[in-house]
Amino acid sequence: MTFRRHCEDFDVVEPSPAQVKAITVVRSTGDKVFRGIMTAGGLTSLVVLSLIAGFLLYRGFEILSDFGFSFLTTSEWNSGIDDVGTDARMGVAAMLVGSIVIAVIAIVIAVPFAMGVALFLEYYAPKKLRNVLTALLDLIAAVPSVIYGIWGYVVLMPLVVQWSKTLNDYLGWFPLFSVPAPIFERSPFVAGILLSIMILPITTSVTREVYSRAPKDQIDAAYALGGSRWGGIRTVVLPFGRSGLVGGAMLGLGRALGETIAVFLVLNLVFKVNFNILSSAGGNVASLIATRFGEASRYELKGLMAAGLVLFILTLIVNAIATAIVNRSAKAVA
Amino acid sequence: MSVMQESTSVVQPRRPWRHPAQNALTVSVIVTLSALGGAAVTARTGLAGNLGWFVSFIACAIIVSWIAGRFRSKVAAADLVATVVIGAAAAAVVIPWTSLIYTVISNGSKVIYSGWFTTDMSVTAADDVFTVGGVSHAIVGTLIIISIATLISVPIGIASAVYIVEIRGRFSLLVRFLTQAMSGVPSIVAGLFIYSTLVVLVFEKFNALAGAFALSILMLPTVARTSEEVLKLVPEDLRSASYALGASQVSTTFKVTLPTVRSGLVTAAVLGVARIAGETAPLLLTSLYLVSFSADLVGKPMATLPTYTFGNLQIGTENAVARAWGGSLTLLALIFVLFLIARLLAGRGPGK
Repeated sequence: MTFRRHCEDFDVVEPSPAQVKAITVVRSTGDKVFRGIMTAGGLTSLVVLSLIAGFLLYRGFEILSDFGFSFLTTSEWNSGIDDVGTDARMGVAAMLVGSIVIAVIAIVIAVPFAMGVALFLEYYAPKKLRNVLTALLDLIAAVPSVIYGIWGYVVLMPLVVQWSKTLNDYLGWFPLFSVPAPIFERSPFVAGILLSIMILPITTSVTREVYSRAPKDQIDAAYALGGSRWGGIRTVVLPFGRSGLVGGAMLGLGRALGETIAVFLVLNLVFKVNFNILSSAGGNVASLIATRFGEASRYELKGLMAAGLVLFILTLIVNAIATAIVNRSAKAVA
Repeated sequence: MSVMQESTSVVQPRRPWRHPAQNALTVSVIVTLSALGGAAVTARTGLAGNLGWFVSFIACAIIVSWIAGRFRSKVAAADLVATVVIGAAAAAVVIPWTSLIYTVISNGSKVIYSGWFTTDMSVTAADDVFTVGGVSHAIVGTLIIISIATLISVPIGIASAVYIVEIRGRFSLLVRFLTQAMSGVPSIVAGLFIYSTLVVLVFEKFNALAGAFALSILMLPTVARTSEEVLKLVPEDLRSASYALGASQVSTTFKVTLPTVRSGLVTAAVLGVARIAGETAPLLLTSLYLVSFSADLVGKPMATLPTYTFGNLQIGTENAVARAWGGSLTLLALIFVLFLIARLLAGRGPGK
């Protein structure tokens, strides 16, 4: 009561319009130059991204105009008999579908594990174990794809081939797991599992970032009402982190779509759309470029540029959506 | 009087948050039963090896913990099962990682001998025995290409961060969004772009400089984003104080803001380097590979550790693949050292 009376005693003095001064900024020449240079630095990303799109379009334009929309719907990759592409028929359909298939396999496997690891790090692990695991996560995220490739080929593939055989034995009646011939090496399944291991660090770190921002007071409230730890996670953390999880998964998807060397080493490129994920035939746009680049004719090179453009646009869209989702979920908290 | 004295006993401090001994008992019972169950399942079915045991162990642990939890309540059972599943997920992902690091170290250390770091492959075929040849050319090449890429992308990356945090211009949001989008550019696309511009149009040769440019495209977003995060940590008071003393924006940035976070900016650079140190695909399209070292940045291809590894893997014979493992180990060690440096620097606070 007394407090309110005190407050009312204060007179708020509104400055008269004559007293108000606009704050003006006078920048020195040095500042102007500095701001110009920094702005140029900031806009480099815009310039580089447009240059990439522009040059790939310019280089691949001939192919895109020769084949038109069928470049996206043809599976065949025949660069013709000479340098100008006589009898050529090129399309990225098989590679594009293959890229998406292995990326989806990777995401389907990686996301549940990423959720588990993120929850473990945030809500279960003792502090020391958490520090060790976080350091390991950071280090693993920097392991080069060529090392994943050699490990995947030598260590992982024999294991996955065994699993594939078991899967095929029991679920072979399902088209996804049937195979035309009993060869299980270098299949989309192998590539997908290897990719899931590769994208796990980034998916985990984004997911963890979001989970760590879950409102602590609501979790405590859940505990206070007699809820268990899992109760708190299920009712507060998981609903809160859903959009962040989607964003992290999409970032992982972007990585998986653009991966070249690791996939190149564990996947058998076959120019045919194939949904039998256990069979030894798959596709990947990035690996296509790496495979054909060395001995490509002048005309085929243009085809590879066009394929690169398709890949660039695809990953850009996926990443833009992912970034937007992650940013929005971050903003919702702030 | 005496009655009262008897009734007031000293209150013992209690720790209700400590796990009672009963929990430890429950946990050990669950672990023992599941280990036995896992062994039984592995023995009776086709699941083979340690991985098979791990899978059946987890499956048994889920069932046993559910039963154990049901002695108390449904909520407790769900909580126990969730704990087992989440712990199992964390344990499961460590398996491939340790396997990866272990395989690289054990296979790679076989080919590394005293001359590994001092000789190159100019007089050695990939298929030769392991007592000749080495990766000195690839190490030097990697370091050169990385240094050039760093020289290109660190200033631009920091400028981009300064633009967002200090200048706060009208494109700030756009720049941040594009930087994030740029971090998703596939490495092969960056290589293809540099090939179609620098290699074909400017130099008309595969060379180290083109490789460095391709890598700097991949490095820029990492540097820009990390520096932005670091610059945001500078207290607003420091800037205000500097402006209040009449300093211009240039001197505030270069004499106050940036020096405050010097170690953070170095971390940003090191993280960027770690991001690109192992990139293979863009180098295959730009700097290729050479069996010996050449200081010619423009006229000749240059060997790097990733392309050395990849090339030997492509040759595919036993000794060549062994050399690829050696290259992998060297590369991994290089990245590990970089990370150690980044961690040590990141451990220091701003201004130190």
